Amino acid sequence: MTFDLNLLWFLLIGVLMTGYAILDGFDLGVGILHLTVRDDTNRRLQLNSIGPLWDGNEVWLVTFGGALFAAFPETYATIFETFYIPFMLLLFALIFRAVSIEFRSKQKYSIWRGFWDVCFCFASTLATFLFGVAVGVSMIGIPLNERFLFMGNIFHLLHPYALCVGVLAVAVFAMHGAIYLYLKTEGELQKHARRNFWRMFYFFLVMYLVVTVYTLIAVPRAIDNFTNYPWLWIVVILNVLAVANIPRAMYLGRPLYAFISSCCTIAAFVFLFSTALYPNLVTSSVNEATNSLNIYNAASTPLTLTIMTVIAVIGMPIVLLYTAIVYWTFRGKVVLDEHSY
Amino acid sequence: MDLDVVFLSRLQFALTIMFHYLFPPLTIGLGGLIVIYETLYLTKKDTAWKSANVFWIKLFAVTFAVGVATGIVMEFEFGTNWANYSRFVGDVFGSALAAEGIFAFFLESGFLAVLVFGRDRVGKKFYYFSTWMVFIGSVFSSVWIVIANSWQQTPRGSLVQQMTNPSTGEPWFIDGAPQMRAQMQNFWEVVFNPSTIDRITHVWAGCAVTGGFFVLSICAWYILRKKHMDFSKRCFKVALVFTFLGVLASAVTGDSNARMVAEQQPAKLAAFEGHYETGDGPTALHLFGIPNDKTKTVDYSIEIPGMLSFLVYREFPPKTPVIGLDQFHPDDIPPTQIPFQAFHIMVALGFAMLGLTIIGFFFWWRGSLFKQRWLMYLFVIGILGAIAANELGWVTAEVGRQPWIVYPPMQKTTDGEILRNADGIIQFQQAEWPTLEGGAVLKPAGLRTRDGHSQAVVQSQVLFSIIMFGLIYTLLFFVWIYVLNEKIRKGPAPVGEAVTPPEGFIRTAGEHAHDSMTSLREQAQDPSKLPGTSPIPKKPDKPSDTPDAYHGISKILRMFIEKFKK
Ligand code: HDD
Ligand code: HEM
Ligand code: HEM
Repeated sequence: MTFDLNLLWFLLIGVLMTGYAILDGFDLGVGILHLTVRDDTNRRLQLNSIGPLWDGNEVWLVTFGGALFAAFPETYATIFETFYIPFMLLLFALIFRAVSIEFRSKQKYSIWRGFWDVCFCFASTLATFLFGVAVGVSMIGIPLNERFLFMGNIFHLLHPYALCVGVLAVAVFAMHGAIYLYLKTEGELQKHARRNFWRMFYFFLVMYLVVTVYTLIAVPRAIDNFTNYPWLWIVVILNVLAVANIPRAMYLGRPLYAFISSCCTIAAFVFLFSTALYPNLVTSSVNEATNSLNIYNAASTPLTLTIMTVIAVIGMPIVLLYTAIVYWTFRGKVVLDEHSY
Repeated sequence: MDLDVVFLSRLQFALTIMFHYLFPPLTIGLGGLIVIYETLYLTKKDTAWKSANVFWIKLFAVTFAVGVATGIVMEFEFGTNWANYSRFVGDVFGSALAAEGIFAFFLESGFLAVLVFGRDRVGKKFYYFSTWMVFIGSVFSSVWIVIANSWQQTPRGSLVQQMTNPSTGEPWFIDGAPQMRAQMQNFWEVVFNPSTIDRITHVWAGCAVTGGFFVLSICAWYILRKKHMDFSKRCFKVALVFTFLGVLASAVTGDSNARMVAEQQPAKLAAFEGHYETGDGPTALHLFGIPNDKTKTVDYSIEIPGMLSFLVYREFPPKTPVIGLDQFHPDDIPPTQIPFQAFHIMVALGFAMLGLTIIGFFFWWRGSLFKQRWLMYLFVIGILGAIAANELGWVTAEVGRQPWIVYPPMQKTTDGEILRNADGIIQFQQAEWPTLEGGAVLKPAGLRTRDGHSQAVVQSQVLFSIIMFGLIYTLLFFVWIYVLNEKIRKGPAPVGEAVTPPEGFIRTAGEHAHDSMTSLREQAQDPSKLPGTSPIPKKPDKPSDTPDAYHGISKILRMFIEKFKK
C-alpha cells in the first residue's frame, strides 16, 4: 500500500488548526477579557502581553486557509461560499481587531482609547464565537447537493447546536487567555487574572458538559470512529485529564502547567472534532454517503499533494524555529516601555 | 449594467484588492530602505541613523498592520466570491498560496515583532538580522502571490482535465457533466510561467518607487517646514538614489512586460493601445486619446507612426503590424477604455517620476537641492504618483485579462506560428470536455470570469458585504492617514534624546540575562545597564557626537562591514 497523502494532509490541516487555536486562542481570549479591567495602564499591560505575538499567531489561520485551498480545494470552495455571511463578519471582526490593537495607543484621549477598547473586545469575542459556530455547523452537517453545492439558507448555519459550540469556544479561549494573562502579569493585575480564570473555568465547565451531551444526542455519527478505532478513547481520557488538571495546577500555583493543560485541552478538542468528521471534511445532511466531501473526493492530485508535502517539510521546521525565537525573545512578564502599544 | 452576482463580486474584488495593494508596496519598499539605514547605522556607527530608523519602523508597523488585516480578506474572497474558480484552479494555485503562508508571512510577522518591540531586548546583530528577515519575508510574500497571478494570466505546467472519481477510479461525471479542473503537471513550469519573471521584477520596482517616495515625501515636507533638518537630509539623499533606481527599473521591466504581453496576450496589448484594426503596415503608438469602440478609432489622439511596432518587435524601420482586436472573436476581447487610460497614465507617471528624480540629482550636484522649494513640493506629492502608478498597473493587467479569469494560452502550430481559423481569428488551446456517450466537446483551456463565481451566493449577500467593506475601509483609511499624520507631525526623536521612562512593572530577572546580550562595552559606558542595577535606561542617551557604543561586534559582522566598505 502506498503512503496515504490525503490522510497526511488531513492530519497536517488538523495540526495547523490546532496551532491556530492554541496560539491565537490565548490572544483572542485576552481580547474577550479586555474590558474587565478598567484603568488605562492595566489595559495597556494586557494588550502588550500579546503585542508582539498576535500577528504571528494569526498567520496560522492564513496558512491553514492556504493549506486547505491547496490540499482540498473543493472543501475550501464549498465551505467559503456556504459561510459567506459568517465569514464576512469574521473578516470584519479580524480587521477591527488588528486595527484596534494597532491604533489604540496612538492617541491619549479617553474616547479614542475607549472606542478601540470596545472594538477590540467585541471583535475578539465575535471572531471566537464565529469560529465555534463554524465548527458546530461542520459537526451537524449542511445540506449539500450531489455537486457539493450548498442548498440551504442562513438558518442552517444558526442551528442551536452550532450556537452552543460558539459559546463553548468563547469560554475556552477566555479561560485560556486568563491563564496566559496570569503568566504574563504581576501584582494586582495578576490577582485579577486569577479571579477571571475561575469565572471562566466554571463557565467553560458548564458549556463543556452541555456540548458533550448535546453532541451525543444531535450528532450520533460523531462517535462512529470511536467504535471503529477503540484506541481513540485514549484521547478522550487525556482530554478529561487535561481539563481536570487546569484548576488543579492553578490551585497549586503552577500557572505554566495550567497553561500547558489548557493547550492540551484545545489540541484534544481539535483532534476529537477531526475524528468525528473523518473521513469527511464537510458532511452533507442530505445524503451523507454520496454528497459529502471527504478527504479523497475533495483532494488535489497526488502530484500537488507531494509538492505540498515537500514545501511543508522544508517550511514547517523553519517556522517552528523562529516562532520559538520570537516567543523566547518576548518571554517574561510584560513591561511597558517606549516601544509598547 | 445590471448588478448581478458576477458584477458585484468583481467590484468587490477590485475594491478590496486595490485597497490591500495600497500597503504592500509601501512595506516592501520601506522595508528595503530600513535595511539600508540600519546597515548605515552599523557601518558608520552613527546614532543618527538609528534614531531615523526608530521613526521609520513606527510608520512601517502601522502600515503593516493594515496590510495584514486587508490581506486576509483577499485570501478569503477566493473562496467566498470565486468558489468555482477555486475549484478550477485549486490544484495548481493553492500550493502557491500555502507556500506564501509558510515561507513568507511567518517570517515577516515573527521578525516584525522583534523590529518593533525588541530594540532593547535583543543584541544589535540580531536586530540587524531581523530587519533583513522582515524585508525578505515581505519580498517573499510578493513572490508567491505574483506567481499565482501570473499563472492565471499565462497558464503553463498544467492541463485542464477531467477528474477521476476516487470511489470508482473512473472518469468522473456528475449529472452527466464531466468534473473538470486544471491539474498540475509540472511545478516548476507553473512557477516559471512566461510572465512570472517579468511581472515580479516590475512589481518589485514599483515597490521600491513607492517606499522611496514615501520617505522622500515626508522628508521633503520637513525640509519645507525647516524641521528635523539633519534627519531629513540624510534620509532624503539615500532615498533619492533608491527611488531613482526603482523608477529606472520600472521603465526597463515595464517595457519587457509590454513585450511579454504582446506575445502572450495580444488582445490585452491591443486594448492598452486602442489598436482595433491590425492593418498591413507598421502600427502607431497613441500618446493619449479616447478609444472609441463604435468607430474603432482613438479620438483626440496624438500618434507616433510605427512606434508600437518598433517597441514590440524592436525593428527599425518598423514594418510588421501588431495584432489588433479584429483578430479575436468578439466574445474574447477585453474592454478597451479602462486598460487604455490606466496604462497610459501609469506610463506617464513613470516618466514623470523619472524626470523628477533626475531633476533632484541635478540640484544635488549643484548643491542646492534642499533650497528648491518648488521641487520639495513636487516630492511631497510624489508619493501619490507612486501609489497611483501601482494601482493603475494592476488595473491594466487585470481588466485587460477579461473576459477570462484564467486566460487560455493561444494555440500555436508546430513551427511556433499562432494558429488562426479560416476567418483569421486567433485560436486558443482547447481542452476536451468528455461526454457520457464517449465523445468530447472542445472548449478553450481557460475559465471565463462569469463562470468563476460562487453559485451558492446570492446578490444581496454580496451587496451587503460590499457596503460593509466600503464603510469599514473608508474608516480604516482615514484612521490610518490620521495616525500616520500624527506620527509625522510628532517627527523623529532628536538624536540622543531621553527615552520615555517605562511605566508598569520593573523587569524580572529573566530580562537581565537578556541584556547581557548587549555588548560588555556598552554596559561599561552606560552604568544603568550593568547587571544588578535596573536595565531600564534612566539617563538620557549620550549626545550624538560621542560615537555609539558599538564595538563588541562579532567577526562575521566585521567581515560583512569590510565587504560593504569595498
Ligand atoms: C510605481 C509603479 C509603476 C510604474 C512607475 C510603472 N508600472 Fe507598470 N505596472 C506596475 C507598476 C508600475 C504594477 C502595479 O506593478 C503592475 C501591475 C501588474 C504587474 O505585474 O505590475 C504593472 C503592470 C504593467 C504592465 C502589464 C503587465 C500585464 O498585463 O501582465 C505593463 C505592460 C507595464 N506595467 C508597463 C509599464 C511601463 C512601460 C512603464 C513605464 C515607465 C511602467 N509600467 C511604469
Ligand atoms: C489576491 C491576491 C492577494 C492575496 C490573497 C493576499 C493575501 C495576503 C494575506 C492573507 C496577507 C496577510 C498576511 C499575514 O497575516 O501576515 C497579506 C499581506 C501582504 N501581502 Fe498580500 N495578498 C494578495 C496580493 C498581494 C500582492 C499582489 C502583493 C505584492 C506584490 C502582496 C504583498 C503582501 C505583503 C508584502 C503583505 C504583508 C503585509 C503588508 O506588508 O502590508 N499581496 N496578503
Ligand atoms: C494587488 C494588486 C492587484 C490589483 C490592484 C488587482 C486589481 C484587480 C481588478 C481591478 C480586478 C477587477 C477586474 C474586472 O473585473 O474587470 C481584479 C480581478 C481579479 N483579480 Fe486582481 N488585482 C491584483 C492582484 C491580483 C492577484 C495577485 C491575483 C491572484 C493571485 C488576482 C486575482 C484576481 C481575480 C481572481 C479577480 C476576479 C475575477 C476577475 O474579474 O477577473 N489579482 N483584480
